[in-house]
Amino acid sequence: MTALEVGQIVAQASYPLTRDSLVRYAGASGDFNPIHYRDDVARNVGLPGVLAHGMLTMGTAVQPVVEWLGDPGLVRDYQVRFTRPVVVDPEIGAVISVVATVGAVDEEGARIDLTVKHGEQTVLGKAQVRVALPR
Amino acid sequence: MNPELKGRAFAPTEPYLVGREKVREFARAVSATHPVNLDPEAARAAGYRDVVAPPTFAVVIQEATLAQLLAEPDAGIDFTRVVHGDQRFTYTRPIVAGDELTAALAVTSVKSLGGNSMVTAESTIVDAEGEHVVTAISTLVVRGDD
Repeated sequence: MTALEVGQIVAQASYPLTRDSLVRYAGASGDFNPIHYRDDVARNVGLPGVLAHGMLTMGTAVQPVVEWLGDPGLVRDYQVRFTRPVVVDPEIGAVISVVATVGAVDEEGARIDLTVKHGEQTVLGKAQVRVALPR
Repeated sequence: MNPELKGRAFAPTEPYLVGREKVREFARAVSATHPVNLDPEAARAAGYRDVVAPPTFAVVIQEATLAQLLAEPDAGIDFTRVVHGDQRFTYTRPIVAGDELTAALAVTSVKSLGGNSMVTAESTIVDAEGEHVVTAISTLVVRGDD
């Protein structure tokens, strides 16, 4: 891997999410909160619609970094703040876009900062991945 | 929320055996396409014993500890008002299929802000030898009365 520069974009990708994606994630993770698949429950608790699991957005958003690193085992630390919910329309779904930028470089590796959006809105804050770099 | 929760430590959860198909199922659910997540041969070629779990898989093990917290009789946390605020995973090594993992939760912070309360819970996840694998830290926001 060539030397990294702060501000450099190392990966970007978009991920379409559908209601099917949410049901799949519910089963895979064991998070069966019905606000992630039932419109009536979501409405009753005052939400604008069925939401993607925050952890689904978090789990998906790191994948471009894993692809770029070439080894999921090089991720040392990953943190996010859930700043805005992702409403998943029953017909058109939602699209999550991820841009991964080098935030810092040191002897141990790098900090990669993620910009994660649904449409024009940022949905994760302080989304940072500490990585060791492949040799 | 009960401010005396701060500093409280919980008993470790029952061991969770990480299954290869569970890792693959989780990997597909988060759009992970790397062969090390999906193919045992590729994982072994990369130096791992079996398929490697995606970075957020630890939430599956952490979940049992958060359930302990929400069920704590004197916690005063209304589950229907809980919103996930922040999440962090700090790894010593990645989770690999075949790992037997145990999680122990400690409450590191309880705060009130406006009408809301925030609780930060740190789940330390270790393997069958007691070696650290990952620490999962969640901040839960409990919305106040409307």
